[in-house]
Amino acid sequence: MIEINIQKKLNIYSGEQVLDFTGQLPLNTITKISGPSGAGKTTLLKIIAGLITPENGRVIVEGTTWLDTEKKINLSPQKRLTGFVFQDHALFPNMTVLQHLQYATNDKQWINHLLSIAEMTAFASNKPSHLSGGQQQRLAVIRALAVRPKLILMDEPFSALDTKTKARFTSALSSLFSNMRMTALIVSHNPQELDAFAGEEISIGE
Amino acid sequence: MDVSPVWLSIKLATVTTLLLLLVGLPLAWWLSKRRTLFRMLAEVLITMPLVLPPSVLGFYLLLAFSPQHGLGKWLHDVFDVQLVFSFPGLVLASVIYSLPFMAGPVRSALQQLPPSQAQASYTMGKSEWQTFRYVLLPNIKPALLTATILTFAHTLGEFGVVLMIGGNIPGVTRVASVAVYDAVEQMDYSLAANYSLLLFGITFLLLMSVFIYNRAQAKTPLE
Repeated sequence: MIEINIQKKLNIYSGEQVLDFTGQLPLNTITKISGPSGAGKTTLLKIIAGLITPENGRVIVEGTTWLDTEKKINLSPQKRLTGFVFQDHALFPNMTVLQHLQYATNDKQWINHLLSIAEMTAFASNKPSHLSGGQQQRLAVIRALAVRPKLILMDEPFSALDTKTKARFTSALSSLFSNMRMTALIVSHNPQELDAFAGEEISIGE
Repeated sequence: MDVSPVWLSIKLATVTTLLLLLVGLPLAWWLSKRRTLFRMLAEVLITMPLVLPPSVLGFYLLLAFSPQHGLGKWLHDVFDVQLVFSFPGLVLASVIYSLPFMAGPVRSALQQLPPSQAQASYTMGKSEWQTFRYVLLPNIKPALLTATILTFAHTLGEFGVVLMIGGNIPGVTRVASVAVYDAVEQMDYSLAANYSLLLFGITFLLLMSVFIYNRAQAKTPLE
C-alpha cells in the first residue's frame, strides 16, 4: 500500500493554490490519475519520487517512510529509485537510445527486451535529436523501466503516440507490469488512452 | 626580440585555465543551483573582477600577499612561499581575475538545461557527481569551450593585476602585456609593435575559433 497525505502550495498562473491529497493506493496494480490542468498531478508524482518536497505531509510505501515532514524524514530520489517518465521526456541529448539504457543498467538481455517492447531496436544508435516525438516518448518510458523500479510514475506517457503504436505499446507494458508485479501511477489528460490498463482511477483537483 | 614574455604569458594563461577548469566548473555547478542569499553574495564577489579596475584588485591582492602581514606573512613564515613578485603569485591573481570568465558562461549554460534532465538521472539512482559528469557537462560543451577560450585569452591580455602583483622581472613575471608597456616607456616602438602584433594575432585566432565553433552550433559566441 502507498499511503499519501500531503499539502503543497502550487504557484500557477491564476494565483496560488494548494495541492491537498490524501489517499491509499494499492500495490502491484495500475492507478490512473486524472484532473484539470494546474491541479497538481505532476507535482504529486514528483513529491512521491522525492523531486519536490511539500510543506507538510507523509509518503509511506510498503511500510517504509519515504517522507515525513514532521519527523524530518525525506529519502533522496536515488534511494526511492522510482521509475519516472517526464512529461517533457527529459532525454539526454548527448546519449544514444542504447546509451540511455546502459546508463541505467548493465543487463544486456533486459535492454534488448525493452528495445523490443518499444519497437526501438533499429534506432538504438540514434540520439534523441534523430528520433520522432513518439520514439522519444517510448524511449523515456523504457529508460524509466530500465532500473527495474518497483514503482513507476508516468506523466502523460502516451500523448505523442499514434493510435496503433499506442495500442501495441500499452498492451506490451500492461503485460510487463503484471509479470513484474510493478506498481504504476499514470497521469493522463485522456483517460481513454489508458483503457489497455486495468486499475483504479482517481481524480485530483475536482 | 626576446620572446620569453610571450612564452611566459602563454604559460600563465595555460596554468590559469587548467586551474580554473578544476575550480571553476564545480563552482559554476554550485552557483547554478537554487538561488540563496549566500549564493547570490558569492556570485557578486566572483563577478567583481569584471567591473573592478584591475589596479584596485591588484592593490588588494598586493596587500593580501605581502610577506609583511596577514595571509602573505603566514604563507611566508609557514611554507616559505612568497606570492608577491613571483610566478605562483601571478597564477593566483590570474585565477581570481579570470574566474568570472570561466564560471559565468558555464553557470548560465547549466541553468538553461531543463531541470528534468538532472532529475531523470537522480531517479535512476545516479549521484549528483555522476549526473554532472555524464549528463550535464556533456550537454554544455559549446559553453564550456567558450569559457575555456575566453579565460585563456583574458589571462593572456591581463595587465593591471599582473603589473601590481608581479612587477616587471624578466623571465619571472614579465609577461607580454607588461613587455609592451615597458617597450613604450623606453620609446622602443618597434619592439612594442612586435609584441602587440603577436598578442593581437594569438587573441584573434582564439576568438575566431570560438566564433567558428559556435556558428556550427547555431549559437552566438557569448551565449
